[in-house]
Amino acid sequence: MEALQKGGLNDLVIKLATVNGTGSASANSLLMRAIFRMGIPVMGKNFFPSNIQGLPTWFEIRVNHRGHLAHSSRVDVMVAMNAETHRQDLAEVSPGGTLIYDSTWPRDATLVRDDVEILGVPLAQICNDAFTGVRARILMKNIAYVGVVAALLDMDMEVLRQLLEETFAAKPKLVSPNLEAIDLGFQYAKQNFPCPLATHVKKLDKTRESILIDGNTAAALGCVYAGATFAAWYPITPSTSLMDGFRGLCEQFRKDPDTGKNRFCVVQAEDELGAIGMTVGAGWSGARAFTATSGPGISLMNEFLGFAYYAEVPLVLFDVQRAGPSTGLPTRTQQSDLLSCAFASHGDTRHVLLFPANPEECFHLAVAAFDLAERLQTPVIVMSDLDIGMNDWMCQKLEWDDGYRPDRGKVLDADALDQLPQFQRYLDKDGDGICYRTYPGVHPKGAYFTRGSGHDVSARYTEKPDEYQDGMDRLTRKFETATGLLPAPILHSAPQTTTWGVISFGSCDGAIRESAELLAEQGVHVDYLRLRAFPFGADVQTFLDSHERIFVVEQNRDAQLRSLLVLETDVEKDRLISVLHYDGVPLDWGTIYAAIYEQVKQSAAA
Amino acid sequence: MTFITKPRINYAGQARNALGLTMHDYEGRLSTLCAGCGHDSISAALIQAFFELDIAPHTVAKFSGIGCSSKTPAYFLSGAHGINAVHGRMPAVATGSNAVHRSLYCVGISGDGDSLSIGFGQFAHALRRNLKMLYIIENNGVYGLTKGQFSASADVGTKAKKGEVNEQQPIDPVVTALGLGGTFIARGFSGDKEQLVPLIKAGLNHDGFAMLDVLSPCVTFNDHEDSTKSYAHTRQNFHPAIRLDFVPPAEPISAQSLEGGVISVELHDGSHILLRRASQDYDPTDRSRAFAYVQEHQARGEIVTGLLYIDEDRGDMHALAHTIDEDLVDIPYEDLCPGANALAELQNRFR
Repeated sequence: MEALQKGGLNDLVIKLATVNGTGSASANSLLMRAIFRMGIPVMGKNFFPSNIQGLPTWFEIRVNHRGHLAHSSRVDVMVAMNAETHRQDLAEVSPGGTLIYDSTWPRDATLVRDDVEILGVPLAQICNDAFTGVRARILMKNIAYVGVVAALLDMDMEVLRQLLEETFAAKPKLVSPNLEAIDLGFQYAKQNFPCPLATHVKKLDKTRESILIDGNTAAALGCVYAGATFAAWYPITPSTSLMDGFRGLCEQFRKDPDTGKNRFCVVQAEDELGAIGMTVGAGWSGARAFTATSGPGISLMNEFLGFAYYAEVPLVLFDVQRAGPSTGLPTRTQQSDLLSCAFASHGDTRHVLLFPANPEECFHLAVAAFDLAERLQTPVIVMSDLDIGMNDWMCQKLEWDDGYRPDRGKVLDADALDQLPQFQRYLDKDGDGICYRTYPGVHPKGAYFTRGSGHDVSARYTEKPDEYQDGMDRLTRKFETATGLLPAPILHSAPQTTTWGVISFGSCDGAIRESAELLAEQGVHVDYLRLRAFPFGADVQTFLDSHERIFVVEQNRDAQLRSLLVLETDVEKDRLISVLHYDGVPLDWGTIYAAIYEQVKQSAAA
Repeated sequence: MTFITKPRINYAGQARNALGLTMHDYEGRLSTLCAGCGHDSISAALIQAFFELDIAPHTVAKFSGIGCSSKTPAYFLSGAHGINAVHGRMPAVATGSNAVHRSLYCVGISGDGDSLSIGFGQFAHALRRNLKMLYIIENNGVYGLTKGQFSASADVGTKAKKGEVNEQQPIDPVVTALGLGGTFIARGFSGDKEQLVPLIKAGLNHDGFAMLDVLSPCVTFNDHEDSTKSYAHTRQNFHPAIRLDFVPPAEPISAQSLEGGVISVELHDGSHILLRRASQDYDPTDRSRAFAYVQEHQARGEIVTGLLYIDEDRGDMHALAHTIDEDLVDIPYEDLCPGANALAELQNRFR
């Protein structure tokens, strides 16, 4: 593993330690996007506090010419701009790495490491000399380190200049001071250090067909393209930017050309109970409606989720998961809402879950979620997480088929109702467990009374044992139908036959594929099945049956996916080996690599 | 109300409204509430109001939460879609529905438990959004379905059937709505249909949240002599501050009808409410006076009824959200999807 920990050309990790609220986010984004524009695969991950100003924050940029862009626990270049975390930041640098710090003030003499190159740049001094005003000096100091990194990594200054011009297109006056600050840092590094470092970047042509996008923005785009007209929400990290994104896109695309009025309605509800209730009301009325939340919101939405399951009201819910339990770590990632979403609410309930692994899938699965919710007349929960939702991922450009038309499911219009002797809302005419629904206001014959209490095929209140049980059994049938409609899992087969399998979902994907590739180089082979939906289809059972031992990789403490597999398939418990990661930081390939390598070697020795 | 199953016989000469429908066409299923329940009288008043307003049943959407009151949407307007949601959360469901299908008449039936306890927050926020709906609270001061516990509207000193005395202050929906900035605040009595029907008609046509608190005695758990929500007590202390007539848009208002200090308020669809004041010092467009009037009479143990406050010009949720005048559910998909070219262009910002 140690050999794999060294950086090289177009293969490095830059980490920037700053204080939140000091403009470092734009500087960090500038660095990442410049590398992307140089054609080199890159990603950025933000480790930020649940706070507005003054606490430590980190940004990690991983550059990898092979396209491996999961979190890496390696740090090749540390930009340590926060004195408060300097000791921790120095400790984190990988052997042979570089640490850049602001040498305007003397550094603690006890902070020593022989295996790290420490480069001091008097950033504050330089910027105090060049700029006036307290705010400008702080902001420019952060932009100046971009110049230092650019020189050390041999970045293309022309690309940086162009990006700045685009960024400040609306405020062109800001371009030249920012450029000046970058140049000050750049010149200082050139004059004082041997540039570039051994670990640096060089132009490639590997990002031409890609974009840098976060999952919440991509999901919001999916909602617009799916034709959603209504959204209700209550602010909560890390889902807030999904709704901000939706509203912003609607302002751009959904204005009535004649009146300038909105062809959408977004309601900021009084709480999550209200948000999901409104979504139920809109879905029941025939609109494509959604809400977005995170763990605490899921807890609050449980009652309505059970109602929508039993009354069969379509809706889409995005759960951008964060670390729990309770308030937990609001700005850290986890996949720990799996069980609470799969069976949300009291009584015998279950829900369709979709598992996007990246922003591109957030877009496409958002569209699929609306189709499935309306086809199946039930809530569909899209299980994203903070890592996918709020970090910029490099993805294939999003493609759209103009031939797409929404699947509104089994809906009777006025003509169909006219011809019907009698409408029965919960009659399973087709034997697939899915009944015909009507929208309000369409036809007098289509009226029915929707309720969460026991109901018969005509939606009338019932307490009769057989009528109640028939309804519950039909819902079971409906979920059997669902397994045939959900997105199939994706199988990554090992280059050679193996009895070892890996099952996982969502944002674990990048780290698993990277570790599988590195394991294969060491002669350890695993087939990898990435689940994209719950309830599981027959292909999951087939995969479990065709492997002796299966690693279940997930980001929670209690092995929730493993539990779900044990509950919902015929697999023997002891064939499933958990690989768990739940410290709130995105999953890195090293964790998986180590776990699998150890286990496989041990088995071979036994 | 349909308390006894009766065959629906149409006979020559029975009253038909402008749509050619009879009162039967506005009825619902057989009520399962107790005989004599005030709620059934309210259902009957609703049936009469919809019939007289010539509203086609299927252009109405009915909403309720949980409780005796919330069962009632099944007992009127069978030809309308209805949704019996979860306890206290009806306002949210109504909000979502009205947001996407604003052309439907939106009617919510709640109770004192549903609106003043578990759903107090949602009630307040629907009112704050000025959601265009008729929101009826069937108020009996007691939890009926769970067999007689005090609700949040029970008066201090009220004795429960089993002898327990309520010591907590009641929450009055009228005073609450006045304080929260409600735009249509009314109180009626299930035993006074003559007043209730025009209140319902006015509420249905109000351009915003029409809160109608209706005292509706619970014959089983709260109609005894130590109750302040009984038929006897309500009849005895009933104080109509203001009576009203509802005049549909087509009917002209004669000078005669405005005599004697009658105030006319024009609603957005051109209909009018004629307000007849019981006392000359009452002004239903002055919020602070309304507040004082209601509280002064309350201190004397009097239950003030009528349309107590109205503000027709605030603008409903759609006006505040700048949504189109048409129903969002009617927009064709082609007008909602920006298309492949727009997506390609949009993605330049992600490079």
